[in-house]
Amino acid sequence: MKVLVSVKRAIDYNVRIQIKPDGSGVVENGVKHSMNPFDEIAVEQAMRWKEAGTAEEVIAVTIGPDAAKEQLRSALAFGCDRAIHVKTDEPVQPLTAARVFKAIADKEQPKVFMMGKQAIDDDSNQTGQMTSALLEWPQATFASEIELDGDTAKVTREIDAGLETLDIDLPAVITADLRLNEPRYLKLPDIMKAKKKPIEDSSLDDLGVERAAMLETVKTAAPPQREAGVKVESVDELVSKLKEKGLL
Amino acid sequence: MSNKILVIADYLNGELNQSTARAVSCAQQMSPHAIDVLVLCDDGANIAAQAAQLEGVTQVLQADNAANQHPMAATLTPQIVAAAQNGEYSHVLGPNTTFGKDLMPRVAAKLGVAMITDIMAVHSAHEFDRPIYAGNAIITVKAPEDQVLVASVRCASYPAAAENGSAEVETLSLDAEIPSHTRFVNLEQGSSDRPDLQTAPKVISGGRGVGSEENFKIIYDFADKIGAGVGASRAAVDAGYVPNDMQVGQTGKIISPELYMCFGISGAIQHLAGIKDAGTIVAINKDE
Repeated sequence: MKVLVSVKRAIDYNVRIQIKPDGSGVVENGVKHSMNPFDEIAVEQAMRWKEAGTAEEVIAVTIGPDAAKEQLRSALAFGCDRAIHVKTDEPVQPLTAARVFKAIADKEQPKVFMMGKQAIDDDSNQTGQMTSALLEWPQATFASEIELDGDTAKVTREIDAGLETLDIDLPAVITADLRLNEPRYLKLPDIMKAKKKPIEDSSLDDLGVERAAMLETVKTAAPPQREAGVKVESVDELVSKLKEKGLL
Repeated sequence: MSNKILVIADYLNGELNQSTARAVSCAQQMSPHAIDVLVLCDDGANIAAQAAQLEGVTQVLQADNAANQHPMAATLTPQIVAAAQNGEYSHVLGPNTTFGKDLMPRVAAKLGVAMITDIMAVHSAHEFDRPIYAGNAIITVKAPEDQVLVASVRCASYPAAAENGSAEVETLSLDAEIPSHTRFVNLEQGSSDRPDLQTAPKVISGGRGVGSEENFKIIYDFADKIGAGVGASRAAVDAGYVPNDMQVGQTGKIISPELYMCFGISGAIQHLAGIKDAGTIVAINKDE
């Protein structure tokens, strides 16, 4: 089977983000970017299918500026066979991203479209669901276990109430949650090999995708700060403080 | 355009989830002329009756269908789209529980509109605050006014609507083609008599520092002593000390208890993202 997997370039999860003084966004220049961690889990899942002989071809796709090629190279270093770069310097919101992914899925006809459940920059948690809606495919979000069985899959999902298992027809969009797997560390030879793998350049125009109406970001601000806490010296003091506040 | 809001009910085991009441509170701030709650269930009378008691609700729409025995995004979406279009709603809201997170983007895409995730403050019916970067930045976003607005509500930012209303319940049948490509297999639910993590006024959490599944008994015993819900950090879930439904944080549950006490938790920003709205936070730290 063929697997598509989307990757997004995002500010590295270890970076403490800075808000621009004029409130126009967060500081991105000179800040370390990486592949969205949930996308790494999605790529790792696709690799495991490939190594098990379940997937014949795995194609990584990203939408973004030139710099996003770096994340495609990482996906190729994981072992993806080829990559598609949908180039744009404009911000892309989830519905537009979903239209792009639908266009690529129409062309490539994958059996599974793996995605991360959310990107850790805008925390939208929309693109997977929107893509599957546009394709009229089943969706299984927040996956912690996937069992492929011919033309169907059993997916265990991490939901508020516990673990839900769905049985879905393929093709489908599946979005990865934290505990689906632990992504491998990339080795130097794989990173070198990735440099020779093909990346196809594409664009919204090439794909015939019209941008969706955008949400306009009016301003970006720091969250309200909590007042500094107090230190208590003993359990008794803590208990009496909590009692004072009526919490115990 | 006057604002007519449809709130999608979240429920479990025949009971309305409190997240629905919180979404109704958020809806009330959008100067609506109507707030209707849509209950999609196989037998939704009890849930609809609970929704009808929520203050601010104009009408409850109960659309029973055998396909709704287990609510799934793929099967609910066409029904919601039909209800939204028939009722000419300006807004369709759901809670940001895993139910709403899974469902609302599918609804938005089917309606061909953008969606706002995690509304935490309402400036107007089309302008809201929402968190990004695990709550380390807050953006104010404006949605196009010429299209239906689909959004999820960050439940921790809103109190539950009071239960002193008495809205009408209308049963309706929705003309929607429900796909059969997605089938429910089972739900493994944590069995616990403790207060629900997402609504408990007191929550005790443990992290990797608790050390083992066995040691978590200390956390449970303490929680039971003061009547608290129990949560955990991602590290504790990853280590297998506790099940996933106890995870608090950016990608787990976002909670707003009056008292939050954490043990053996280092306080990663991803964890703090889940407790930003907690009243009093108690952290145990023996370092000076």
